[in-house]
Amino acid sequence: MAYLDKKARQIFLWEFVQAFLLAMRYFFAPKVTLNYPFEKAPQSPRFRGEHALRRYANGEERCIACKLCEAICPAQCIVIEAEPRDDGSRRTTRYDIDMTKCIYCGYCQEACPVDAIVEGPNLEFSTETREELFYDKTKLLANGDRWEQAIAKNIELDAPYR
Amino acid sequence: MFLTNWFQHTAGWPYPVAWTVAQLILIVVYQGVVMVSVAFWILADRKIWAAVQMRRGPNVVGAFGLLQTFADAMKFMFKEPVIPAAANKVIFLLAPIISATLAFSAWAVVPLDNGWVIADINVGVLYLFAISSLGVYGVIMGGWASNSKYGFLSALRSAAQMVSYEVSIGFVIVTVLIFAGSLNLSDIVRAQGPDIRGWYLFSPLAPMLVVMFISSLAETQRPPFDLLEAESELVAGYMVEYSSTPFLLYFLGEYMNIILLCALMSIMFLGGWLPPVAVFPFTAVPGVLWLLLKIMVLFFMVSMVKAFVPRYRYDQLMRLGWKVLLPVSMAWVVVAAGWVVFVRPALAHVFGG
Repeated sequence: MAYLDKKARQIFLWEFVQAFLLAMRYFFAPKVTLNYPFEKAPQSPRFRGEHALRRYANGEERCIACKLCEAICPAQCIVIEAEPRDDGSRRTTRYDIDMTKCIYCGYCQEACPVDAIVEGPNLEFSTETREELFYDKTKLLANGDRWEQAIAKNIELDAPYR
Repeated sequence: MFLTNWFQHTAGWPYPVAWTVAQLILIVVYQGVVMVSVAFWILADRKIWAAVQMRRGPNVVGAFGLLQTFADAMKFMFKEPVIPAAANKVIFLLAPIISATLAFSAWAVVPLDNGWVIADINVGVLYLFAISSLGVYGVIMGGWASNSKYGFLSALRSAAQMVSYEVSIGFVIVTVLIFAGSLNLSDIVRAQGPDIRGWYLFSPLAPMLVVMFISSLAETQRPPFDLLEAESELVAGYMVEYSSTPFLLYFLGEYMNIILLCALMSIMFLGGWLPPVAVFPFTAVPGVLWLLLKIMVLFFMVSMVKAFVPRYRYDQLMRLGWKVLLPVSMAWVVVAAGWVVFVRPALAHVFGG
């Protein structure tokens, strides 16, 4: 009897009918995916995205060219050159990050004593050419100006845990 | 006919010229419509598959992603066609053209409505069967000319698969022919009139629709029979080495074959352009729309099968084809013949039909 039952189910494609009904249930189920470019996932304040060089409120750049970030960078993607400026303060003349090498570990922002180099919340910085991913000081400072509000807020939110 | 008449009488051309020009215009328009519709079938396929997996599917290019396939096609066309150094160039480029051409030419005999057919030949089914059998050449030539072991293995698999399942499709067609008494597709539809009671789905032929459906999946290498592109083994099937427009042609041909077989199933079992109920609001709807609706239902099933049936193993595929579907369809030829010879006259006698 069990044998006949099994055979009958096979002939009438019973399992396929059931699978179809199951699939139809999922067909009308709500979607689980985010509608990405229009709808984004929540982000932690610790999110490590695109790099930025910050400035003080008076417009002076924070970086003092201590080269701690360059030293700690495990991928060795940061190159810094520095010399004293006319007013005697020590500043970078060159601050390059090779974004194709960077592994986004966040050590640079941990090492920075003045919160100058930070990894901001931006993750949409794909480019059409490789060269565009070799960031220089101008680009990083521009990023800093552009994302300053979000970065400052994230640092403030994360401060109690540091 | 209308165009021919117009050219002949209004434009005053001699009949042969008028006929040729009219047919050419019809063919171009028809193929254009079919080709553009393929774009939407592909999108529908992706959307249905996505919905079952609770994804959204393409939805950015155009409203609801309607233009996604066109964007994809443009991308393919503007890419560089890479021809492997070891490939046989002529055959390599000829194979996808054969595939696409055959897929196009098969549509010539498909009646969209009463009289709406490019070539109303009286062996339409035979022509269709021959054309779809020739499809193997596109596949095996492409696989061989690529000079790649994956492409070649995949082409062998797919050729064996297509040949096996063609046999049972052939017998299914024979059963329909016995019932309809004609090889002309339009006559097969007319034999199923006037309404849903006449469709072969609701006759002793019903199981043959299932056999035909399963065989069509195997014939067009749709999941669950997409062994030729079992990703874990053969990368992407016989078209591994193809890129750009040649790949596009293969892709186009593949989907056109799927829709063609859906159309063939609608014509043979679901009454083609006939409305389900032959009363006023239904008879007013053009037959093309009824046919389209039936193709849509079948295509939906094809897509759903892709979503919920796991892939078969190669020996299972061969066992199913040769030891299950073939004997069943052969037996049904006998059943159908018996029905037509003994039962149908008896029924006609009893019910006075």
